[in-house]
Amino acid sequence: MSNIPTELKYVSSHEWIRDEGDGTLTVGITDHAQDLLGDVVFVELPEVGASYAMGDDMGVVESVKAASDIYAPISCEVVAVNEALEDAPETVNSEPYTDGWFFRVKATDAAELENLLDAEAYGALCEAEE
Amino acid sequence: MANKTALFSLHCQMGGKMVDFGGWEMPLHYGSQKAEHHAVRDEAGMFDVSHMTVVDVRGSDAEDYLRRLLANDVARLKGPGRALYTAMLNEDGGVIDDLIVYAMGTPGSTGQWYRLVVNCATREKDLRWMAEQGARFEVTLTERPELAMIAVQGPRAIEQVRAVVSEAKQRALADLKPFQGASAEGWFLARTGYTGEDGLEIMLPEDEAAGFWQALADAGVAPCGLGARDTLRLEAGLNLYGSDMDESVSPLAANMAWTVAWEPEERDFIGRKALEAQRAAGDQPKLVGLVLEGRGVLRGGQPVIVEGVGEGEITSGSFSPTLGHSVALARVPRATGSEAEVEIRGKRLPVQVVKPCFVRHGEKVYS
Repeated sequence: MSNIPTELKYVSSHEWIRDEGDGTLTVGITDHAQDLLGDVVFVELPEVGASYAMGDDMGVVESVKAASDIYAPISCEVVAVNEALEDAPETVNSEPYTDGWFFRVKATDAAELENLLDAEAYGALCEAEE
Repeated sequence: MANKTALFSLHCQMGGKMVDFGGWEMPLHYGSQKAEHHAVRDEAGMFDVSHMTVVDVRGSDAEDYLRRLLANDVARLKGPGRALYTAMLNEDGGVIDDLIVYAMGTPGSTGQWYRLVVNCATREKDLRWMAEQGARFEVTLTERPELAMIAVQGPRAIEQVRAVVSEAKQRALADLKPFQGASAEGWFLARTGYTGEDGLEIMLPEDEAAGFWQALADAGVAPCGLGARDTLRLEAGLNLYGSDMDESVSPLAANMAWTVAWEPEERDFIGRKALEAQRAAGDQPKLVGLVLEGRGVLRGGQPVIVEGVGEGEITSGSFSPTLGHSVALARVPRATGSEAEVEIRGKRLPVQVVKPCFVRHGEKVYS
């Protein structure tokens, strides 16, 4: 059973979202997603300052097994990216919810935040996929 | 209903992530594909390959039959247990399957027979084709589904196996040369593999497989899944049937020309005429290695662009855990030089074109 922290929000494409309380949100991929991908070997991240609509491709995670897009969980502007992943992509596997974060964004449409899943809803979705 | 090997419950116990593979439930990995890959390059790892199809060929025409059936020549097998890698072609020179043949019994004697190991995904069409071609020969084909097969690979593989088997089996291992096998107590131990490392492929009675696997695990041999098997064989430049070649591909276009025995000229193997015409025309594409030292991962199906020459395609690609960057096998026009570009998600990245072998015995070998 994968780890799904209750304090985070989720989207069905397996990204997690943490509200930092300062108007920014941190985004990564879930434990379930990293487990499906297997050993991560490269992460391609967006540029700071770039803007995306909900559902746009923002980057790519390449594992030994496959390439997988990272989608914008909400419409947003990028304020920071986790540059440490360039040298240590395996952090996505070992610490998906902490040091393995991908990027930090500002939401450009606050109403979209209402659509995010809570841990229980996301857990049910993962189970249905199995 | 998926087939299960004799080791199925041990795989589950050892944390194997089981997936469907050609109708068999097989372990993809036991936690980390990369760690399993490194275990084989550095020490020793073991693979359950019991899903592969073992066929014994016996009878007074066994040699003549195989000299007709296979593009490589079993008459080259001098000495008991010797092994040969070969393609089995159709009349158009397309690869029906690639396989290993072992000479069993005493070559040249009446007791001689052969053992073939073919792919699991091609089992039915292989057996059908082999039976059809065998109709006019005095041969018996016997599938051996009751044999399990375990590959133990890596620089310490043979030493690890020797430590857990009986004295009779240790004796069988004593003078084994690469690409040779020997029988002992119902087991067949062959110094062959699919990883580019030294090691063994062992066929043994199903009911002895779990005990052997557990003994190796207790001795520190890492259980490895299909994932590591694929990255290891790719680094070693070994073809995967169905990805790097199939019935529409000539062995000349699959880096398998070395396995075609053209001499003696009078040996009329199936597909010979088609291959001779291709050789004369010199028009077959070639299978090469690609190296991407920058970021990104080469994958099967990505287009390869060779400026001024034409286009090709990656047949299999992955991240190479040993090298720390991506490598691939690709089929490209024969005139391709040392540089090409690969299109990944709309971007063209420069790649080196090299001989299709990247790692042998733990070391980088391309240049």
